[in-house]
Amino acid sequence: MENSKKLLLLGDQAIALGAIHAGISGVYAYPGTPSTEITEYIQEHPLAKERKLHSSWCTNEKTAMEAALGVSYVGKRALVCMKHVGMNVCADAFVNSGMTGANGGVVVIAADDPSMHSSQNEQDSRFYGKFAMVPILEPSSQQEAYDMMQYAFEMSEREGTPVLMRITTRMAHSRAAVAVKDEASEVVSTGRASSPANWVLLPANARRRNKEVIELQPVLRKLSEESPFNKAENISSGKADLGIVACGIGYNYVMENYPDGCPYPIVKVSQYPLPADKIIALANSCKEILVVEDGQPFVEEQLRGVLPSQYVVKGRLSGALPRTGELNPDNVKSGLGLAATEVYPSAQNVVPRPPALCNGCGHRDVYDALNKVAAEYADTKIFGDIGCYTLGALPPFRALHSCVDMGASITMAKGAADAGQFPSIAIIGDSTFTHSGMTGLLDAVNDKSNIVVVISDNLTTAMTGGQDSAGTNKFEAICLGLGVEPEHVRVVVPLPKNMDEITRIIREEIEYNGVSVIIPRRECMQTLNRKLKQKRAEKQ
Amino acid sequence: MKTDIILSGVGGQGILSIATIIGEAATRSGLNLKQAEVHGMSQRGGDVQSNLRLSDKPIASDLIPLAGADMILSLEPMEALRYLPYLAKDGWIITSSTPFKNIPNYPEVESVMAELNSLPNVISLDIDAVAKENNMPKCGNVILLGAAAAYLKILDKETLYDSIERIFSSKGAAVVEMNHRAFNIGYEAAASK
Repeated sequence: MENSKKLLLLGDQAIALGAIHAGISGVYAYPGTPSTEITEYIQEHPLAKERKLHSSWCTNEKTAMEAALGVSYVGKRALVCMKHVGMNVCADAFVNSGMTGANGGVVVIAADDPSMHSSQNEQDSRFYGKFAMVPILEPSSQQEAYDMMQYAFEMSEREGTPVLMRITTRMAHSRAAVAVKDEASEVVSTGRASSPANWVLLPANARRRNKEVIELQPVLRKLSEESPFNKAENISSGKADLGIVACGIGYNYVMENYPDGCPYPIVKVSQYPLPADKIIALANSCKEILVVEDGQPFVEEQLRGVLPSQYVVKGRLSGALPRTGELNPDNVKSGLGLAATEVYPSAQNVVPRPPALCNGCGHRDVYDALNKVAAEYADTKIFGDIGCYTLGALPPFRALHSCVDMGASITMAKGAADAGQFPSIAIIGDSTFTHSGMTGLLDAVNDKSNIVVVISDNLTTAMTGGQDSAGTNKFEAICLGLGVEPEHVRVVVPLPKNMDEITRIIREEIEYNGVSVIIPRRECMQTLNRKLKQKRAEKQ
Repeated sequence: MKTDIILSGVGGQGILSIATIIGEAATRSGLNLKQAEVHGMSQRGGDVQSNLRLSDKPIASDLIPLAGADMILSLEPMEALRYLPYLAKDGWIITSSTPFKNIPNYPEVESVMAELNSLPNVISLDIDAVAKENNMPKCGNVILLGAAAAYLKILDKETLYDSIERIFSSKGAAVVEMNHRAFNIGYEAAASK
């Protein structure tokens, strides 16, 4: 098929369109920067609407991954998208999907965030791919991201394995022109039945599957060796001073420094397992190897393990490139041994400008109230969670004592209360509560833990831009269903004029020895303003 | 020919709409383009920037190297200074002089402006005042784009003008007309400096 049409697309959008054109039946995802725009693009795409492709948000990454496995089971194609830490939430399903294998194609997008633009760590999802023994793709351009979707779904079905695509923030959130197919594939169905013997992972089946998955590994290595996305250049019989292994967008930063062409032997890696033959040929044609990879030293560690000790391997581990933070043209330049450019020194009159809760945001009133009551006790601890309200840790509130992972506010407050902490308060957003907070609340109810859980409900998944929240209109019912006593499920409207009522209720619930849930509920200012704007536009 | 632009401002000010217009114009002019954006947490009133690269040759990196930017285009004066090491020695800063103070320790505005004005190629415009004067409070970013157009050699003024029409056409003729006016006001203001 011709790729004659060119569109200006974010990396995320290129992936989304590639998946639609590859004939998926649906996308399953929980919002998370920098992956959110993939699903949003599919939600808005006319062909996806016409085909009624599944694209509504899932409660969390694990439910998303599992639903996709169901799609695969019946022979259809599914895309799963998440930010890197979402891989931790769906790890049980993801790692075991390597064991079941795939019938209909399954492609999992993990969007890593080196430099932590919007995240709490720099974990590198390629480790998950290796761990689950599935092939990994890492595009170096928006065009590759698009082209790889068709390739990935075909590979997934042909080899009977899920495929992981690892991208980083700069790929997800950068725009470039992408040549796309004129026509999408029909929605694909393999027409094969899944064998329960592969999918019922009882030990006897799992042991057989484990052998099969291990036997698949040399096949996957050969595919990497022949992949159109991996290439070796300038490999010669001589001994160059340097050889380069450049992964994903790391390749671009190398080429940025050599506008007239790279003078060294170089292997571009965009598909794993590593193309070992290509890399051995590279190692034999140079005196030392520089590994340019975004994220953690995944390839560098493997090369050190594979190559005999006389080969010099440099990269993030050796210090040739920074151990943390994302790659950029300048740190790669230094890693390549090129002289730094003379630059303007940093300006004097610049101070940091951290993000903050919006003016008029309901979370602000919640923190005002919590801080007021917290100050009345000698040792209040407020355990935080992931979302806009994490900004309550910063001035002027400085209200939070922790923020670890999705849902940890409730369970940490519970553990602290178990160990004698009083008052022990959790604050969690509505979407985070349904994502991973509900199970922890059940633990607390069963143990009658002395905690106050504040579900700050702004009726949306705000941090990622206002996606639907799975529990909207259901929170009281969920809490009652989990066994919180009805008189200790309290709903308030977080507004300055209600401050006396809110602080009184917080005080009462702190004094109650058991599980209390307070639900301050007021719509997010961002979604509210968007709706008002829309209304005004419709009137005109 | 290549032009590398750092767009900067505070989350919510609208730097991405400037990027969208330039991007549309660049694509229609047959140029290659890469544009790295910031989404997520920092959009809540934090410092935001976008790296916009235009070239008639293929572009490798999504990010602009140090001392590589031909222009820093900023909706806020302190935010223009933040990216100074990325400005080429002969590059231009085109910035709004209206400070956006959402932090308690914002430096003295006089010091910010003095440091900006100590640099060789700076155009600063009181965008807010110009927008108010002309009764177009929402058009600050397009006024700034107009000011930049006078220095963006890689794109024709007319192409940008057409792109404004394409981007805003869904919002009605009145909005297109107002943004065209905003663009011209910015252009004239910068050209007369």
